[in-house]
Amino acid sequence: MLRHTLNWLAQTGSVTRLSLETIIERKGACATSVFGIAGVVAVFVAVLSIAQGFRHVMTRSGDPTKAIILRSGSDTEMMSFFSGPESRLIADAPGVAHSAAGPLASRELFVVINLPKRSTGTDANVPLRGVSPNAFEVHDRLRIQQGRPFVPGRNEVIVGIGAAREFVGLDLGASIRVGRNDWTIVGLFTAEGGLAESEIWTDATMLQSAYQRGNSYQTVVVKLTSPQVFPAFQHALENDPRFQVKALLQTDYYIDQSRTVYNLITGLGTLIAALMAVGAVFGALNTMYTAVAARTREIATLRALGFGSSPVVVSILLESLLLALLGGLLGSAIAYWVFDGFRAATMNWQSFSQVAFAFRVTPSLLIQGILCATLIGLIGGLLPALRAARLPVARALREL
Amino acid sequence: MDSPPLPPPILIIEAVEKQFRRGTETLHILQGIDLQVRRGEFVALMGPSGSGKTTLLNLIGGLDRPSRGRVAIDDQRIDQLSDRRLAAWRARHVGFVFQLYNLLPVLTADRNVELPLLLTSLNKARRRQQVALALRVVGLTDRARHYPRQLSGGEQQRVGIARAIVTDPTLLLCDEPTGDLDRKSGDDILDLLQALNRDHGKTIIMVTHDPHASARATRTIYLNKGQLSATAVA
Repeated sequence: MLRHTLNWLAQTGSVTRLSLETIIERKGACATSVFGIAGVVAVFVAVLSIAQGFRHVMTRSGDPTKAIILRSGSDTEMMSFFSGPESRLIADAPGVAHSAAGPLASRELFVVINLPKRSTGTDANVPLRGVSPNAFEVHDRLRIQQGRPFVPGRNEVIVGIGAAREFVGLDLGASIRVGRNDWTIVGLFTAEGGLAESEIWTDATMLQSAYQRGNSYQTVVVKLTSPQVFPAFQHALENDPRFQVKALLQTDYYIDQSRTVYNLITGLGTLIAALMAVGAVFGALNTMYTAVAARTREIATLRALGFGSSPVVVSILLESLLLALLGGLLGSAIAYWVFDGFRAATMNWQSFSQVAFAFRVTPSLLIQGILCATLIGLIGGLLPALRAARLPVARALREL
Repeated sequence: MDSPPLPPPILIIEAVEKQFRRGTETLHILQGIDLQVRRGEFVALMGPSGSGKTTLLNLIGGLDRPSRGRVAIDDQRIDQLSDRRLAAWRARHVGFVFQLYNLLPVLTADRNVELPLLLTSLNKARRRQQVALALRVVGLTDRARHYPRQLSGGEQQRVGIARAIVTDPTLLLCDEPTGDLDRKSGDDILDLLQALNRDHGKTIIMVTHDPHASARATRTIYLNKGQLSATAVA
């Protein structure tokens, strides 16, 4: 048994080496197959890297020590509403961390303004968020990169670097018109790659008056003393008879917010890649059929000399897999070089506003791309391999 | 004086028939073939095109199976072996010489000759020795590192013969070995085959339609329309 196996392995090794040595003579067909598969993998990885980049921004935004409170029944900030007194009661809930100035709670207002995109010049929705004066203590990942924070009570805004990159006119020192007033951009901020980088922030009370919202807010974001207190915090709020609210961990909230876009892009990406993969399978089939046809007499000779048919099948499959793998690596490399870090912005359908993000070609995407190539290679090699194995030796020997 | 006892037959073919189907039609390629070949014989198989010569050679070489009848070589029936066993049997017992040489273009002469040895348990050093010996027998020692395209037709056929004898098979089967060569090269190949038969005791069965080639054999068998018609002993 062992001897049989070793013998089989030796035969397969010899035949495979022979087929690989003939690749150079068939370089045209082989290159077509490699580039075809590389194209599929590049597109597949590139499209999925959009979804990854988008989700990355959304999940980076979440912090397990933060909770966001919305009116119950509303899925997004846009639909939520609190009165001033309600929002103050929420800030006093148990589990909220405190600083010397009081509870670490930012009562926020969220509106959308129109600004032209740099890339297309067309208007798009940009989120404008009004926050409490202590927002920088609550949103502790925010850093002013240039300029300074806005001063409460003045028509001043700070702009996330994602938004500054994507939209016209959001430069430091410039001013934008919001409502009836001009607002000066006094700072640019980062948020460790999070969603806030796509937003413009200002003082909530100024925004209330600019949009005639009275003393109302849409959400309250609180910093908890620890992630463990969240269940108690949530229970206390959601069972308080004075208001109807729902509390979510920020991490869960953002994953939920990104779901539609993530699923849409992933679904579309997979569909496009699948359609292209069908084409690539035919390319690979063609290459391997050509290879088998060109080598009919060679394969028949080997089999006449006593080489088994299964080593022939395996060698053709291995060759096809090798070509596919080359294509997969090439495609992945192209996707990585061209698309990783490529900046874009897209609509987040939950907030109807733009999210700036960078394509992310992650290691797991590269592995998926190479697996996809392997599958194409396997399917493309199988039928020609079986054909080669089934060819009657006596007849194949006479073919020229 | 009694003549010395004849060696036992190495090949016994009994009542062999071979049919192919083409559409609804059945083609009878071989009909009722009975044949024995003794060890050390050099048999030429002659006949017009389509007479079934190559088909018969393929049955003897285990490349094909008869529709009916028995084919036994060295007391072993090969007409009932599975594909896998038949392949293993070919590797041990048969050396093929093809009309168009069938060398692998990407391999040098010595590596072409080495191919059948890859199916044995010989280590690399032993394989090299065997290859060198086979190339010496066919007189191509100095062409060992040449690729087929760098060799003349006659030289390529010598490589083919070296490949066929490198495992020291029971039978050497040649299908029109001089069919693609000029007269001079053809004669050289026939000299070589004759020497292998005479000096090394190789049993050879050679398909040919060239009387000049068959004249080198110790016996000539004629096939006509799938039947053996006559035998001439040289």
